[in-house]
Amino acid sequence: MSVLTVVRYGLQEAVRRRVFAVVIVLTAAFLGLYALGNHYAFRDLAHVNPPAGIEPRPFVGAFIFGLAMFATLFLGVVLAVFLTIGVVRGDAERGLLQPLVVRPLGRSTVLLSRWLGAVAVCVPYVLAVYFAAMAITDNAGHWVPDRIVTPGLELAGGVAVVAALSLLGSVFLATTANGIAIFMLFGAGLVAGLLGTIGHAINSRALSHAARIAAWALPFEALYQDGLRLLTVRATGLTRFVLQLGPFGGGYVHGATVRLWAVAYVAIVGVVALVGFARKDL
Amino acid sequence: MTSALAVRGLAKRYGTVEALRGVDLTVEPGELVGLLGPNGAGKSTLVKIAVGLVRPSAGGAEVAGAPAGSLAARRSLGYLAELFRFPGWHSADEVLLLHQRLSGSDGGERERAELLDLVGLTDARRRRVEDMSKGMQQRLGIAQALVGSPRVLFLDEPTSALDPVGRRVVRELLERLRGRGVSVLLNSHLLSEVELVCDRVAILLAGEVVAAGTPAELASTRGVEIETAAGVRSFPGATRDDVPRLVEELVGERIYGVRVLTSTLEEVYLEAVGGETS
Repeated sequence: MSVLTVVRYGLQEAVRRRVFAVVIVLTAAFLGLYALGNHYAFRDLAHVNPPAGIEPRPFVGAFIFGLAMFATLFLGVVLAVFLTIGVVRGDAERGLLQPLVVRPLGRSTVLLSRWLGAVAVCVPYVLAVYFAAMAITDNAGHWVPDRIVTPGLELAGGVAVVAALSLLGSVFLATTANGIAIFMLFGAGLVAGLLGTIGHAINSRALSHAARIAAWALPFEALYQDGLRLLTVRATGLTRFVLQLGPFGGGYVHGATVRLWAVAYVAIVGVVALVGFARKDL
Repeated sequence: MTSALAVRGLAKRYGTVEALRGVDLTVEPGELVGLLGPNGAGKSTLVKIAVGLVRPSAGGAEVAGAPAGSLAARRSLGYLAELFRFPGWHSADEVLLLHQRLSGSDGGERERAELLDLVGLTDARRRRVEDMSKGMQQRLGIAQALVGSPRVLFLDEPTSALDPVGRRVVRELLERLRGRGVSVLLNSHLLSEVELVCDRVAILLAGEVVAAGTPAELASTRGVEIETAAGVRSFPGATRDDVPRLVEELVGERIYGVRVLTSTLEEVYLEAVGGETS
């Protein structure tokens, strides 16, 4: 009962702050532009003469859908961050939190409920945008990823990881500082992924190693990489090699281990946040 | 009988600042205790520790026999913070509904209507918090603190934003709550208000209780003044018992009036805090 009450409270707050309105407008703009991009990309495909060994349709499909994956992850992260960014310190500074936590529901319930609330919104949102983008690409270019569901779930999982990190940050940091910190972490994860791709292309062990460490340290990036990998998991030969060198790269950290690690990571982040919140003077 | 609030050797340190230094304080069932002191004396810290918002550095507090901050303690208390805010998009009724759900109160619509009536907000039931004046929000805060019929009420500056009529409403409300056996710890700067409603008063200074007792106990005799034809004659240090003797000593003089001077709570307070303001 208390969990549902706090979940509802958090979502009402997000509606009131027009978080959903902003995200819906951004999403509509993205999907519109994405549809336009797909239309031109696949229309011009007939005039493209790719190098021998490269299949143009999977190449363009995977490339452009990889872009959609990035945009979906970004929009999902924006939503997750703005749902969780000021849950503890921000709300405490505004005097919103104290009347709630003196009630007999426990600080852990407050924190868990706010995470569940964010996940309950972000996961369906990410899946909806993911499948909408896939439908657009399928419609324009008659191409679908090799794995249809798992990459979407991994994207959603990545957003859930970011929501947990944002909640943890909200225990210790003021709202603005937390927002900056989370978006910098998000950017760092993506940059590390690109560095890994560069490292792979130039055969640099150091860069690949650094990217691998970053992916484990920030598993939303590992999940995103694994999702990208699964888009073309059946591609072979030069097509596969070139796709892995593309701006959105391939999955150098992947598989069931990274998914399990992401679950454990959320649990660890959650425990640290709970302990921090329990010890925090309000 | 278990005390509504029992504070023993309570200390709180924020870095190098000692907010509380070994405070002992009890509030008995049905008792209304006023907590006075200058800004930074530790009053809000004490209340926050009692309601579980702040962890003590040493000592402890129990609310209705349960350790402060525990689930059992939080089930027994109502709290109005000094600085609080309710979501602006909620109506008064929705704020109370939210707190009914969080506190597990099964009072339903009847309890909400009663509480809004108690604080004079019946007509503002559907009004959004963001459309309310500060005074109305403060009264809504008091109603919120009463959700679930708490045994102990912690009110941190409950009348700071209220006009004289609003203050009177709160004063009458506190007296009604005392009649129902609710214990109240009232943290306030308004000495006259505390003097009017509180059974006992504790004055905090720099984290320590420097004076405590009933207003009558604290209001010590400051002397006697006798108005004679020759003017007002003062006898500092004299008490009521000295009046017959003093009058006898003034044989032959015309006496128009005799006044036994006692300290007001304000004078007691100023003496206790030594002019400290923060």
